[in-house]
Amino acid sequence: MAGRIKIRAQKKGDITEVKALMRHPMETGMRKDEAGEAIPAHFITEVAVFHGDQTVMQGHWGAAVSANPFLGVRFEGGEPGDTVRVTWEDNQGGTGEGQTTIR
Amino acid sequence: MAVKGVTGKMTTMKAKPISRRRWLQWTLVLGAAAALPGRVWATLVRPDAAFGATALDQALAALGDAPSAHEGIEFVTPDIAENGAVVPIRVAVDSAALPNVTKVSILVEMNPNPLAASFNIPPGTEVYIETRVKVAQTCTLYAVVEADGQLFMQSRETKVTLGGCGG
Repeated sequence: MAGRIKIRAQKKGDITEVKALMRHPMETGMRKDEAGEAIPAHFITEVAVFHGDQTVMQGHWGAAVSANPFLGVRFEGGEPGDTVRVTWEDNQGGTGEGQTTIR
Repeated sequence: MAVKGVTGKMTTMKAKPISRRRWLQWTLVLGAAAALPGRVWATLVRPDAAFGATALDQALAALGDAPSAHEGIEFVTPDIAENGAVVPIRVAVDSAALPNVTKVSILVEMNPNPLAASFNIPPGTEVYIETRVKVAQTCTLYAVVEADGQLFMQSRETKVTLGGCGG
């Protein structure tokens, strides 16, 4: 499953502000469905933000990050037209990727 | 440069047992390779012990030394969260008050696993993280940052009217 990511990157003064919205259930593995069966854990474990080939942020997540996770980061530099990319991996081997250009 | 010399002669040396000098060269090269990106490796490895911890003090202990409170950390959480499944949080560190921050972790005291997320911040990136976390019940949230190998924190209590674990 490759999830798409909605990203916005906007330059404000010297800072580029990145906002990303990922589509993911972020199941903790502790919930049960209507039949009382445990719903297996399914959550994003690794997330990263890139500006060109530079890593801007790299994070490890647990199941306590909300479903359809939102992430906002800010970095120095970055010019309108530059590429900003966000990627994730989950505990079931799924990945997601999205990119945008700085406005 | 040592690598080039070694690999260049590799074919002629094929059958012979590795010489003491060669072995030393390789040890040096590999040693240097392992040492240089040490910082990078350390940050990419998932802190499994901290994520697996089921109590706040366990999780904090897995992250490092006990953090001391620091006013340079701005930690914004809602006073009251109507829905514990989606609690917006923001961590921003004033780099003048607290420079060289390399890591930001978010912990939720009463969650089954208190550590929710851990972010590595390379130089050039603002120490600024916005995200949303699940909060099982009314409790204290902690933002723990690492600067120059030391841990600092800021905490906030959030009241939850509807738990984050419910269906």
